[in-house]
Amino acid sequence: MTTATAAAGSIEGIRSAIAKGETTATAVAEIYQERIAGEDPKIHAFLSTDRDYALAQAAHIDDLAAKGDPLPRLAGVPFGIKDVLTLEGFAATAGSKILEGYKPPYTATAVKKLADAGAIFLGKLNCDEFAMGSSNENSAYGPVHNPHALDRVPGGSSGGSAAAVAANMAVATLGTDTGGSIRQPASFCGVVGVLPTYGRVSRYGLIAFASSLDRIGPFTATVRDAATVLGVIAGHDGMDATSSPLPVPDYTENVDRGVKGMKLGVPREYFAEGLDDEVRAAVEAGIDKLRAAGAEIQPISLAHTRYAIPTYYVIATAEASSNLARFDGVRYGLRAPESDTLAAMYRRTRDLGFGAEVKRRILLGTYVLSHGYYDAYYRKAQQVRRLLTDDFLAAFREVDAIVTPTAPTPAFKIGEKSDDPVAMYLADIYTVTASLAGICGVSVPCGESREGLPIGMQILGRHFDESTIFRVGHAVESL
Amino acid sequence: MPETERVSLADVRRVAELANLDLTADEEPRMCRDLNAILDYVAQLGELDTASVEPMAQVAEVLAIAGEPATEKLSVLREDQVRPCLDRERVMASAPETDGVFFKVPKVIGR
Repeated sequence: MTTATAAAGSIEGIRSAIAKGETTATAVAEIYQERIAGEDPKIHAFLSTDRDYALAQAAHIDDLAAKGDPLPRLAGVPFGIKDVLTLEGFAATAGSKILEGYKPPYTATAVKKLADAGAIFLGKLNCDEFAMGSSNENSAYGPVHNPHALDRVPGGSSGGSAAAVAANMAVATLGTDTGGSIRQPASFCGVVGVLPTYGRVSRYGLIAFASSLDRIGPFTATVRDAATVLGVIAGHDGMDATSSPLPVPDYTENVDRGVKGMKLGVPREYFAEGLDDEVRAAVEAGIDKLRAAGAEIQPISLAHTRYAIPTYYVIATAEASSNLARFDGVRYGLRAPESDTLAAMYRRTRDLGFGAEVKRRILLGTYVLSHGYYDAYYRKAQQVRRLLTDDFLAAFREVDAIVTPTAPTPAFKIGEKSDDPVAMYLADIYTVTASLAGICGVSVPCGESREGLPIGMQILGRHFDESTIFRVGHAVESL
Repeated sequence: MPETERVSLADVRRVAELANLDLTADEEPRMCRDLNAILDYVAQLGELDTASVEPMAQVAEVLAIAGEPATEKLSVLREDQVRPCLDRERVMASAPETDGVFFKVPKVIGR
């Protein structure tokens, strides 16, 4: 492999080319830094980069290679990190003015695991403010442009993470998904995006939005690379009380075993009104190919699906209103100047620091938790959350995985939905269900619209059964 | 259109105060309109009879029911041990105003 082809390589391609001395981690890092310099002014995926930091990490890998030492799993692989995850000493804005200039004194567990596995950090990636959004238009630092059509959104909230991989400005990135924020942008940008099972990846160092829903997962060009990255970042962590002690399998081991004999459920509620015709056609064609590859396709029903968006927006905003109370101008980030009292300082800081969507969600969350409304909204939503979850548990007694569209449409235009919160929330209609149930999912490219916009298929799996959805995803991308 | 507005401007002001948010005069009617639109949409949850459904707060409780092994540990608290914490100096370096030991804030009670 030459240095030039390493730049378009897979994780294993880059690692083995460095191990064999065909290229160096430094050369690979420099190629990606040049790509960012050339492409990102159009796309705006990166909020910050640190050339010297990446080159120092690369030099360490090159030292190992020169000595002939075994290289770690992600040796020399250029990564980007969504800016809601902390890396000690690096700005972490969460896409918000309220954290402008904040440099966290600790590193997120998932980020630390990447570093320990030899990953190279090119920079931090743009996202909707506090991961609240479906288009990346809520970033306080400006929107991200979809690399496939610059007048369109990349999806959100992990828009920068998806766009960076799509534009080959990083081989892999980390994003976060609370209601679809990895899967939906992966679909819009034509890349692979993984929602691991709740508890599979430690949330330590993730700036919290909705703690019972927040998850960290990878974006990559291929399912195999996604399986490799998940294998690195997954595992128990004493710093996250909800982190699972279940052992982490080798997700790459059976990824190419195919789908012969597998039972795949197709929920009719995901193909109802509101689904774009071209998305329907692409996903149905993908399902036909899975059938031809030997999978048994079974129509199923997830009866409470239509209640998922309202359920999600009550629970997520309630948790957000509590989590975001910590941004008050005392311990980090912005403080409004010249306030006479503590109470005035809190209010002015939060007014200056938060954008409109964040305020809207804090207000909604505070309202649904307030006296007189708690039972009608919050408790009710928690009850429906159980019904939605029971739908999945019942379905997974019949089928091994579930296949659906990831999003109801391809990427929409910047500005198209930014004035109508309910229309924007409906972009998550097929993704919030898995978020509420805690199951795993992956979005894999399965076609294009006539305009050349990517379309994604979502594959949902049982709790802690990522291996199965990777097998199905690998089959979809190989068809 | 809703028959009656669920959220009034007074409600928005009350909730903003609870949430420690200062809304501008422009923001108040806009937030009022948006909250009503969202809550109208949320109202469809009322179609479901959930009288006998236990609320679900966390994913871990479902896993226990689903019979996943080892997930019982999720609900067990760890030993209460003394551990090192973040370095005070580095934490304080992120704060808007400190005296090196404490965070400093404006006075709590106005005159």
